[in-house]
Amino acid sequence: MLRVEGLRTYFFTRAGVVRAVDDVSFTLRAGEILGLVGESGSGKTVTGFSILGLVDPPGRIAGGSIRLDGLELTALDEDALRAIRGRRIAMIFQDPMMTLNPVLRVDTQMIEAIRAHQRVSDRAARERARGALARVGIPAPEARLKSYPHQLSGGMRQRVAIAIALLNHPDVIVADEPTTALDVTIQAQILHEVQTLARETGAALIWITHDLSVVAGLAERVCVMYAGRIVEEGPVDAVLDRPLHPYTRGLIGSVPSHNARGRPLAQIPGMTPSLLALPRGCAFRARCARADDACLEAPALVPRRPGHAARCFHPHLGERG
Amino acid sequence: MSEPPLLELDRVSRTFTRRLDLAGRLARHLGADVRDEVVHAVDEVSLEIRPREVVGLVGESGCGKSTLGRMVAGILAPSSGTIRYRGRTLGDLPADERRRQTLAIQMIFQDPMSSLNPRKRVRDIIGEAPRVHGIVPRGEVEGYVQDLMRRVGLDPEFARRYPHQFSGGQRQRIGIARALAVRPEFLVCDEAVAALDVSIQAQVLNLFMDLRNDFDLTYLFISHDLGVVHHLADRVVIMYLGRVVESAPAEALFAAPNHPYTQGLLAEIPRIDQRRRTFAPIKGEIPSPIDPPPGCHFHPRCPHAHERCRVEIPALREIAPGRRSACHLNDRPKGPGRGAWARSMRA
Repeated sequence: MLRVEGLRTYFFTRAGVVRAVDDVSFTLRAGEILGLVGESGSGKTVTGFSILGLVDPPGRIAGGSIRLDGLELTALDEDALRAIRGRRIAMIFQDPMMTLNPVLRVDTQMIEAIRAHQRVSDRAARERARGALARVGIPAPEARLKSYPHQLSGGMRQRVAIAIALLNHPDVIVADEPTTALDVTIQAQILHEVQTLARETGAALIWITHDLSVVAGLAERVCVMYAGRIVEEGPVDAVLDRPLHPYTRGLIGSVPSHNARGRPLAQIPGMTPSLLALPRGCAFRARCARADDACLEAPALVPRRPGHAARCFHPHLGERG
Repeated sequence: MSEPPLLELDRVSRTFTRRLDLAGRLARHLGADVRDEVVHAVDEVSLEIRPREVVGLVGESGCGKSTLGRMVAGILAPSSGTIRYRGRTLGDLPADERRRQTLAIQMIFQDPMSSLNPRKRVRDIIGEAPRVHGIVPRGEVEGYVQDLMRRVGLDPEFARRYPHQFSGGQRQRIGIARALAVRPEFLVCDEAVAALDVSIQAQVLNLFMDLRNDFDLTYLFISHDLGVVHHLADRVVIMYLGRVVESAPAEALFAAPNHPYTQGLLAEIPRIDQRRRTFAPIKGEIPSPIDPPPGCHFHPRCPHAHERCRVEIPALREIAPGRRSACHLNDRPKGPGRGAWARSMRA
């Protein structure tokens, strides 16, 4: 469905070239949920933005290819991209107000989103908008259509943003931390809706998050990013139970629920390096207990088990996480 | 357990009032039925914290957990009720003792960038309070600051830098060093790790636990993250819309939550060891605290709600030694029961 190969998105700043996304490749099958995990500055959000062609100067896609059903997206001009965005690929942002216009009623925005891509009557569009709101679990959708975004709670706004993303039955949905700002009970509701919708509509989903626990409950496959690169990729059970890369292992160890109560958490020393001054070779080298002289060369993403690859010279083989 | 509590809250409430604007007052004058909007942010909360105890205070947006934390830290005065520290009420103390007591409780905030003065150097941020309060002689402040920085894992070389020159995790360490500088006994941490990346969050949580042992600290740890609280807390207090609904030792609470809200909350935390699970959420939204539902605040979302829950506020009563819960179901022979939540979801 979606094939990303060797994607490089660089930001050309006065302080130097920031390689926010550096040689990222993955594929997404129809109906699949892929978790894209990383901490601040790992390039996970920029990867999502690149897929939608939303990277603004000084950033641009400096290389690689993004194919949707064989159609090369990086070669398209802005008009052609607009026809695809919202129609075949949709995005859900962390802040729903990135999607919603604060001065327009919900129905106006939804009908506009439908009619931007299809010639349908106003009535048919309104009917579809109402159906989409009902599908994401909004009570009294008819009344909600007439509200303005500020009259809705944070959870409701995020639902409306998801409903808008679903309006044109996209093939791929890129969701960038859509539940991070929400309360636990509301997050569970949204995850529930998204899970059901992905199953019903067959849309493929890229779920970008820093939260391994959310990925565990939702995704089938996981890519872990560090300093602009995918450092580990594989089925969710393999990556979380038998992580290969020392970074993934450290990240899982840092999750409180994974540790014995009251004992010190397994922590990764140091902090993420600046993308302007990445160390030579493996970017994780300085924080890694296994690093040696071999790590002065940049490792490649190598399959170590069926469907499970890591970018590391000293992966944790044959051990449980 | 015979030790007297360090901190006692006795039916503490805090309300915030939004006065009517001019048009509203005019309308009222002409006989319209409009009133000031009153939010009961914290509603008659009683709580005891013992020395060296870590109490986790958990709740969702608008439950009043931050307001409660601010009152404990002495930043905000309660509207009614009393807060006693070492058995004494702050308002009754002579001025110098009151000052000593307010120094004993320090607060650490969620966003270190908005709680650190951006125009001050780190050495002044950390060193100002101990100098002003005469905790260390003027000549020794520099060494004192360097010791503190080392203690929280910062390089003393950076003492002359400004907050913006540090990363988020380092800034949080500055906030911690500043709080420790006045030699507190009690730390109120309000979502202190919520804004940090997972790997940095683990580092800061470990630091909190080390400091607890080194300085005999007592913590009120406010968080929405049950995973963090489970790891850190001795006792957990769950709040919903201004009231405490359950309070129990951490092990007991996580093993067998009593209140239906706690049960739902625990069922919903995404866990790393649960794969491709079906999320079965609590229905409905958190009601507005301006107009909370009558009776038990949770009844519109509760699968077990019956007539009594709609009219009568359930009292927070002891259900087992050290465990308290505010649910009418505990008056029935079987109580809310374990797994009741899961059963109702399947039905």
